[in-house]
Amino acid sequence: MHVPDGFLDAPTSIATGVAAAGALGLALRKARGELDDRTAPMAGLVATFVFAAQMVNFPVGLGTSGHLLGGALAAVLVGPWTGLLAVSVVLIVQALLLADGGITALGTNITLLAIAGVVVGWFVFRGLQRVLPKRLGLVPVLAAVSALVSVPAAALVFVGLYAVGGTAPVPLDGLLAAMLGWHTLIGIGEAVITGLVVGSVVAIRPDLVYGARPVLRRRELEIRQGHRTGTEAAA
Amino acid sequence: MRTRTFVVAGVVVALLIAGVAGYFASANPDGLEYVAEQVGFADSAEDSATADSPLSDYQVEGVDHKALSGGLAGVVGALVVLLVVGGLTYVVRRKDRD
Repeated sequence: MHVPDGFLDAPTSIATGVAAAGALGLALRKARGELDDRTAPMAGLVATFVFAAQMVNFPVGLGTSGHLLGGALAAVLVGPWTGLLAVSVVLIVQALLLADGGITALGTNITLLAIAGVVVGWFVFRGLQRVLPKRLGLVPVLAAVSALVSVPAAALVFVGLYAVGGTAPVPLDGLLAAMLGWHTLIGIGEAVITGLVVGSVVAIRPDLVYGARPVLRRRELEIRQGHRTGTEAAA
Repeated sequence: MRTRTFVVAGVVVALLIAGVAGYFASANPDGLEYVAEQVGFADSAEDSATADSPLSDYQVEGVDHKALSGGLAGVVGALVVLLVVGGLTYVVRRKDRD
């Protein structure tokens, strides 16, 4: 969904640039609270994975393709603020190094893929986690559902931005229908990839999944009686 | 599995994906490009200021073999992302837990 230069006018691009800069500044401060010995090594891995996965365009029919956006995936794995940073760095490297997504459109792309993707993905994930049973097995499922919702949500934000600052006059109802339709299909791919990746990490090291912490906490605090600790055994 | 082992294995998988993605990825326009064509604003797209960069469009300038060139560009891009985010988290993270 990388927006090229020229789709949106200068005032809109500047506005999204300011929004992106503000969000990044806030995320740099807030990510400190998420990054501990477990999440810190994961952040680089998640960003690298999102970059790689964004290269894999999958067909969604009628000569159209889509690729992972990664906002929901990153938020569930390393937390929303760190996830926002990770996806933003992916977009910055793509724009500066690989000419993927415009330069004046960089703020717009961060707004759509990093901010909208992460915020919508995280709120859907946490919202569902609060009301559903606290089970570890549900974490990949909720991640998939939040990923599914995050893609058309980002498409909706694009339509909103285009309504304000699109350079070419087009019928907005047609734009809205086409963007939501295609990006719901792409969202299914997003959900499958996100569910599989989160499921794999949950299966191997659930403690490395930020979004699984509320479900794991009770287990960590479990006190088992009748087991001697290592020091006692040695003594 | 130790955290270090897990992260290193994950990075290797990500680099492998970045290396072969260009070869397997669908070359069709993505959702936004397709909609832009369909609805009629695709022509307003302009070339990026970095369109002449040595890695632009996931091809390494001077490497003519398309799959090799795309794989190299993907791996270089992925490594840059890893270094930047790794460095950023190293600077930002809480130090009081050490």
